[in-house]
Amino acid sequence: MSATVAMPSRLTLFWRSFAENRGAVFGLGLMVVLIVVAALADVLALHTPIEQFRDNFLTPPVWAAEGDWHFPLGTDDVGRDMLSRLIYGARLSLMIGFSVVAVALIIGTTLGLTAAFAGGVVDVFIMRMVDVILVFPSLLLAIVVVAILGPGMFNAMLAVAVVTLPGYIRLSRASALVELNRDYVTATRAAGASTLRLMFDTVLPNCMAPLIVHATLGFSTAILDAAALGFLGLGAQPPTPEWGTMLAGALQYYQRAWWVLAFPGFAILMTVLAFNLFGDGLRDALDPKLKR
Amino acid sequence: MLIVPTFIGVTLLSFTLIHLVPGDPIEARVGERGIAPERLAALRHEFGYDQPLWKQFVDYEVQVVHGDLGVSLVTRQTVWSEFLTLFPATIELAFCAIGFAVLIGIPLGVVAALRRGTPFDYGLMGASVTGASMPIFWWGLMMILVFSVGFGWTPVSGRVSDMYFVEPWSGFMLIDCWFSDDEGACRSTLSHLILPTIVLGTIPLANFARMTRSAMLEVLGEDYIRTARAKGLSGMRVTVVHALRNALIPVVTVIGLSVGGLLGGAILTETIFAWPGVGHWIIESIQRRDYPVLQGGTLLIAIIVIGVNLGVDMLYSVLNPRIRR
Repeated sequence: MSATVAMPSRLTLFWRSFAENRGAVFGLGLMVVLIVVAALADVLALHTPIEQFRDNFLTPPVWAAEGDWHFPLGTDDVGRDMLSRLIYGARLSLMIGFSVVAVALIIGTTLGLTAAFAGGVVDVFIMRMVDVILVFPSLLLAIVVVAILGPGMFNAMLAVAVVTLPGYIRLSRASALVELNRDYVTATRAAGASTLRLMFDTVLPNCMAPLIVHATLGFSTAILDAAALGFLGLGAQPPTPEWGTMLAGALQYYQRAWWVLAFPGFAILMTVLAFNLFGDGLRDALDPKLKR
Repeated sequence: MLIVPTFIGVTLLSFTLIHLVPGDPIEARVGERGIAPERLAALRHEFGYDQPLWKQFVDYEVQVVHGDLGVSLVTRQTVWSEFLTLFPATIELAFCAIGFAVLIGIPLGVVAALRRGTPFDYGLMGASVTGASMPIFWWGLMMILVFSVGFGWTPVSGRVSDMYFVEPWSGFMLIDCWFSDDEGACRSTLSHLILPTIVLGTIPLANFARMTRSAMLEVLGEDYIRTARAKGLSGMRVTVVHALRNALIPVVTVIGLSVGGLLGGAILTETIFAWPGVGHWIIESIQRRDYPVLQGGTLLIAIIVIGVNLGVDMLYSVLNPRIRR
């Protein structure tokens, strides 16, 4: 490296403006913890998430009188270790969030760019479709889709992806329409670039900032809605250690054993909060216009 | 004018979804046990599932326009009449939740904006992002655990205690018990409303507080605020009359747009508190495989959202003369 004073790199600049927002840094910290826990689930968990200890039904957490160090956060009604289930649940939740966002981002952006580039009837058709989906409360539409496709984690993810599509379509279409009038797009077109190349290679990279922010915030929506579906019995099915499904399973006896209720919900809250804080910080850092 | 294509799109979507049910709704309802083929054919014919698809859609469209949403496969009552008896419970809950969120969220947002950068502001913004991230189905159960089971302050579920009979005159329990002159019934109704209201109102409350704060911050920087202060008006008058009135314009839009999310949240809230409303009804219809109810209920909620959005648009032009043409 040379000793001259260089301009700080773009990443450094980004980090400086991001780190101003303490909430966002906290969110990032939470996210890192979650990702590490999810990645090392096999090492960190004391037991497998579905192993039933028949002598330890509804054991309270360690700090309670009858707590047991084998089960730091207690056990559920069939003697499964809460902590291990929560750890594996983190893996599931992140996986759900990632898959839903990836599917919605890819399909939504493609549809949005198509609407912007094609214009005319195609544009009207796609945007009408978006309006129609937006009329339904997203959770209700997801519930209906799952009710029809049948309950299960895959269908729940699909349903949540469908109901979150409109945001990506609108955002990518709006930013693409702005870019389309720029000189560099005209120049590339004049140079003979194909429409596909124009869409994905020329215009898309310049529309990424709002999409990245929306996708980050989309993680929290996806995790929250998938957990709600799990809670209603329409998402992941027992004994899958999905947090929402765990809450549904706790319904019959949570009044006797608060820990089976408190921890999974708290895990959902913290995960959703992490992505919301991080997403807000990302928006402020990526889009200086919004900052005051 | 965009309402007509949106309406057709909404009915087309609700029609398509029901026809994605494997087999048809009758077969799905009958389940694996099966029934006599003649009975199956008769039922299919009765509900019109033996017609060609395009004809079914045209018939459905004509029916919907005439206000006919079909008949429940389970109770044989019309979907519309079932909806009418249950909807007041949902409106009552949604209304209380919005009122709770507005009455607490807006003042908190104003105070946070006035004390920008203080611990109060940071604390409130932290609380509001947490509130907006809340899994309300868990939040509701925790409230029950603490306030109903722990302290025994509020009842666990339902709209009113079984000990009271209130003549269902309007369907709105608060109004009905008021006219019944039964103090105990009123008290019971109120205590049943508290927790569901807080639970359903939490996310809107967080959003309104955040929105009010940022709208206020924007308005407080305007020249006319400085003018008003320079004229020597009291701080309170500047805040409420000059600043808040203008800041409320975007907030009203957010309140209107939150109705859709609120109806989604009502599904979870009503499920937790066994609140006999539309959300509870829709979830039950799924468990009973009562597809006409699922289809009709969903469509009615969508129509309500269209209506509310329209109302918000109109209200917006009343509040903001600049966009009037």
